Amino acid sequence: MNEQHAVEQFLYQQSELLDNKKWQDWIDLFTPDGIYWMPPDRSYKTWDGQPAIFAEDKNLMEVRMRRVLHPDAWSQRPLWETNHVVSNVVITKNSPKGNLVVKSRFHMMELRRDDVRHFAGSYEHHLKKVSSGYKIKLQRVDMANAQAAYDYVLQVWV
Amino acid sequence: MLRENINDLSKYVEPDRVRREVYTDAQIFDLEMQRIHEKVWIYCGHETQVPKAGDYYTLQIGRQPMIMVRGANGKVNVLYNRCPHRGNMLCGDRKGNTGDFFRCSYHAWTFHHDGKLKTIPMKEAYAGTRYGKDNPDCSIKKAARVQNYRGFIFASLASDGPTLKEFLGKAIVAFDDMCDRAPRGEVEVVPNCFRVIQHSNWKLFLENQLDALHPSVVHQSTGRAAHEVEKILAKKAKSGAAPLSYHMLSAFATVTIDKWDNFQTINYPYGHSVLTGYMGLRPQDPDTLAYDKIMIKAYGKKRFEEIIGVNIHHVLVYPGLSVQSPLQQLRAVRPLGVDRTLTEIWHFRLKGAPEPIYRRSLAYYNLVNSPATLINADDLENFWKCHQGLASDGGDWVSLARHYGRDVEQDGAVSSGPNMGTSEAPMRGQMKAWAEYMK
Repeated sequence: MNEQHAVEQFLYQQSELLDNKKWQDWIDLFTPDGIYWMPPDRSYKTWDGQPAIFAEDKNLMEVRMRRVLHPDAWSQRPLWETNHVVSNVVITKNSPKGNLVVKSRFHMMELRRDDVRHFAGSYEHHLKKVSSGYKIKLQRVDMANAQAAYDYVLQVWV
Repeated sequence: MLRENINDLSKYVEPDRVRREVYTDAQIFDLEMQRIHEKVWIYCGHETQVPKAGDYYTLQIGRQPMIMVRGANGKVNVLYNRCPHRGNMLCGDRKGNTGDFFRCSYHAWTFHHDGKLKTIPMKEAYAGTRYGKDNPDCSIKKAARVQNYRGFIFASLASDGPTLKEFLGKAIVAFDDMCDRAPRGEVEVVPNCFRVIQHSNWKLFLENQLDALHPSVVHQSTGRAAHEVEKILAKKAKSGAAPLSYHMLSAFATVTIDKWDNFQTINYPYGHSVLTGYMGLRPQDPDTLAYDKIMIKAYGKKRFEEIIGVNIHHVLVYPGLSVQSPLQQLRAVRPLGVDRTLTEIWHFRLKGAPEPIYRRSLAYYNLVNSPATLINADDLENFWKCHQGLASDGGDWVSLARHYGRDVEQDGAVSSGPNMGTSEAPMRGQMKAWAEYMK
């Protein structure tokens, strides 16, 4: 039960960092070789060598962060906010070596100017236990909307 | 004043400027769908999207919902997505396999893959009427003309007009350049389509494609960010170089605004154009050299040099296709309304090329063309702003006058002048073609 609580707290903390635009702190949640992956649909088995909405290592995450923070990132000018809710957290694997697989569901509301969009789907976190808590080796994000046409685009991680 | 003269659209386009209504007026939009998109050759898809009999994709040509379907005889047909009985749409999904025939979900009329009527339930009910197998009105209407060029399927909803090859003219290089770069002379689609909607008129997308002035203004943020990380990675790397994908992004900043004048646009009849000059040029890394070797084996040294020497950044096939042949990217532009436009974005594998070469095309597809694009986000923001501004009474004209009067015309092609790559010649060429179509 303690593990369940700790994992939930970790996921809540991650979405809190996104909603508060704490990009560097969010990136720091990943292991040095960590990957953030959003496949174009659920049938994809690996992030490597295939089309992906996101397939980012920490270097690419850093490009995205630096871009968003650049004063001439025009698309960042309008007011924009996100609000994540994470739930249905289930630990599906927990090895004695401290490798966990955690599945959960999310709902994100995004506001851009006066427009609201909704994205929802599931997370699969492959976590590694470390002294400070957990680090993410792989985060898979399956959007329910993954194959739908995107009205405008996604600018940061979901 | 002009709104009342909508039948005389020549008043809307001058050689160096265009009336704003051309982008914002819903009535003009309907006319352009009728006179341009529903008449000229429109890209439907690649034949490898529908490899098996019965495989289909739906798409929009102008305002017309269409089906691209592979027949049992191997031929790809393009049909109206409409049952001839009571008008029901036949395919409600975006893609799939229809089996041996189409079956309407309303009254179960069935049709062959080429649209011909197969069966009507209890057909005796039509005895003595004008309806039955012999009446072509009982079959699904087909696109008037369908042509396949090296696997790329085009359809025209008008029975007359130039052939596909006449229409494409020199812009055919988009498909030749892509296929020729494959050791086996063919490409294969990667079966994923990214679809992105922009809140602006379709023409704003097309005008942006060969606008060489915009990249260093609009994409500075990503170019800089990628360049900073690229430098860090290069320092750490044994080879002294960061992965090529960083260069694809950093070039938006490292190619400074003045350097874009070194590129050149060549503008052809029907509004097509080519932007010459390519960011990556000829890298000499081991992956490229391995690919070169396979290419030389396939084509011989001389032909290989010709193929690889094709100097193209971007080809625009007016009114609805943007192709980056050296990176095997293709974007089809589908107008949804006067202020809403869908782009369908695909990339291709060069048949016979080694995996690392595919990875380059994939990196560009993911970083630049995915719905989490690091590049197009800022374009889309500008398209929206542009459309908002044009919808206002703040001015009547859009200026396309950059380097106007200095274009060089030769054999029907109009080139931007020397060191005038940022010329607005492509937009002038597009609007000239538009005015011609809209007469």
